[in-house]
Amino acid sequence: MSNTTFEPRVIAFLCNWCTYTAADAAGVARMEQPANVDVIRVMCTGRIEPMFILKAFSEGADGVIVSGCHPPGDCHYTNGNFKTFRRMPLVENLLAQYGIDKGRFHWGWISGAEAPKWAELSRSFTEQVRGLGPLSWKTQLASKED
Amino acid sequence: MMDAGRHPNIKLLTNSDVTNVSGYVGNYKVTIRKKPRYVKEELCVGCLQCIEACTYKEAKFPDEFNMGLGKRKPVYLPFPQATPQVVLIDPERCIQFKTGKCKKTCAEACDRKAIDFEQKEETLEVNVGAIIVATGFETFDAASLPYYGYGKYPNVYTALEVERLTSASGPTGGEVVLRDGSHPKSVGIIHCVGSRDEKTNRWCSRVCCMYSLKLAHMVKDHTGAEVYNFYIDMRTPGKSYEEFYDKVLSEGVHFIRGRVAPVTDWGIVPEEEGKLVLRVEDTMVGVVRRIPVDMVILSVGLQPQADAGNVASLFGISRSADGFFAEAHPKLRPVETNTDGVFLAGCAQGPRDVPDTVAHAGAAASMAIALLNRGEVTISPTVAYVNEKLCSACKTCLSVCPYTAITFDTAANVARVNDALCKGCGTCVATCPAAAIVGRHFSDEQIIATIEGLLREPAAKTVEGARA
Repeated sequence: MSNTTFEPRVIAFLCNWCTYTAADAAGVARMEQPANVDVIRVMCTGRIEPMFILKAFSEGADGVIVSGCHPPGDCHYTNGNFKTFRRMPLVENLLAQYGIDKGRFHWGWISGAEAPKWAELSRSFTEQVRGLGPLSWKTQLASKED
Repeated sequence: MMDAGRHPNIKLLTNSDVTNVSGYVGNYKVTIRKKPRYVKEELCVGCLQCIEACTYKEAKFPDEFNMGLGKRKPVYLPFPQATPQVVLIDPERCIQFKTGKCKKTCAEACDRKAIDFEQKEETLEVNVGAIIVATGFETFDAASLPYYGYGKYPNVYTALEVERLTSASGPTGGEVVLRDGSHPKSVGIIHCVGSRDEKTNRWCSRVCCMYSLKLAHMVKDHTGAEVYNFYIDMRTPGKSYEEFYDKVLSEGVHFIRGRVAPVTDWGIVPEEEGKLVLRVEDTMVGVVRRIPVDMVILSVGLQPQADAGNVASLFGISRSADGFFAEAHPKLRPVETNTDGVFLAGCAQGPRDVPDTVAHAGAAASMAIALLNRGEVTISPTVAYVNEKLCSACKTCLSVCPYTAITFDTAANVARVNDALCKGCGTCVATCPAAAIVGRHFSDEQIIATIEGLLREPAAKTVEGARA
């Protein structure tokens, strides 16, 4: 266990009804998931402000996941996922403008019944971010302020 | 049905459409468009003398209830047990409506003066506390599958058509006959038409195995024909259902496990001439068989009504992937929707048979009554509220709310969230450009503190077992 090993930090914003349920089920079923992913539960992906994603990166996250209910009909709140569907491409553009690799941001849909899909995403995304290396946006931002 | 019509506390509005729903649990305002039936409901007693007296001496228009197998007149009772027992006039077919020059013998025959050619469409507004959506299903359109020959070969029927033929009050008085009036000597019943099929509907429609068994029994009983069932799996769950399957088996009805290839009238051997030929792989014995029959019955599946999408948006409810209305929880809340005060009953929620529909409807009625009798509702604390000092009156939140829970107070020039309607999804909170809307339990401060807190800790060192 050397200190030089890079362990990526991933923040996942999951909706209460679909992907959070899937992540919960994945844990109950003891599916293998990396400890690198920290989950923040929101009631609906429609609640996720782009600011949260930027905030996560600026606080030191190396990757961010947004996941909710499958469009069109799965959303517990009728159409909150559609708002996410419109918002997230804009977030992708914004991150590109900040110079954040698009591989560090994932948004998509995992239903409550798709626990293996969540476990697989948390593993593959962590590995993807590991490959991209540390983002260190926090230190970069701090050095600019000085 | 008749009992519901007679009940003093039940008001039936038939031949009507809901055009708008507003309000919230305990306080819904429903706008209803009542179509004219050209007969005064309060005067008509259902004596049917107008039908007798109609200028058309012979019934000559296809009867919708009998799937077009029978005929009706322009003035008619939709079906014998129709509730209320009130006739109606079809303005598309009635001479008075088409030309304005009819002798109006129906109106003359009516001693209660119930016929009113001037009746207009009415719009009603009712205040209700709870709503039960029981809009039912439609059967799969067999004509959309050309390979079964429905609409091409006259003796290919849907199950509902044959059900009408077997009915004593049906167009043939219970005689199962082919289009030429003769009795079939052999009948093939094709199961799972528009069910359990990746090309059409993927779900099992649940009732078709049992109604196919019923039709097999009835057709055999009425005609003595050889009856062949072509099935994928026999699904007979339910009290006494498997026993009925055993009974039909013992009656000598044939069961062949396999999907039927396109239905044709191409005979190869003399016995097949003039018959419909069903080619099928009998997967129980592993051979391909050719079975000539006189009549083919398609066991069509159940699917959501064509306008289910409009109904869902009207009542603010969602639909599952198959298009049926979505329940609040598939196991624990099968009657409620995610909109408080709106309940589901019957096949509008998914295919089910009669006993299950009766149970589902009873549960919906009980839940509605329990809700209303309590007089108050418990709502989730996870709702949004507007900080009126920050609200800039841009009204962006009004457009994103899926529950129309946000209204704009013109006098105060601020948006307000109705606690009873808000479900706490937080979409408006994320959308508000002035950050004036706060989502209780999921406020910006709380979520940001979570992000900061999580990332303040040092990174997990190992993948396995970093946090037990």
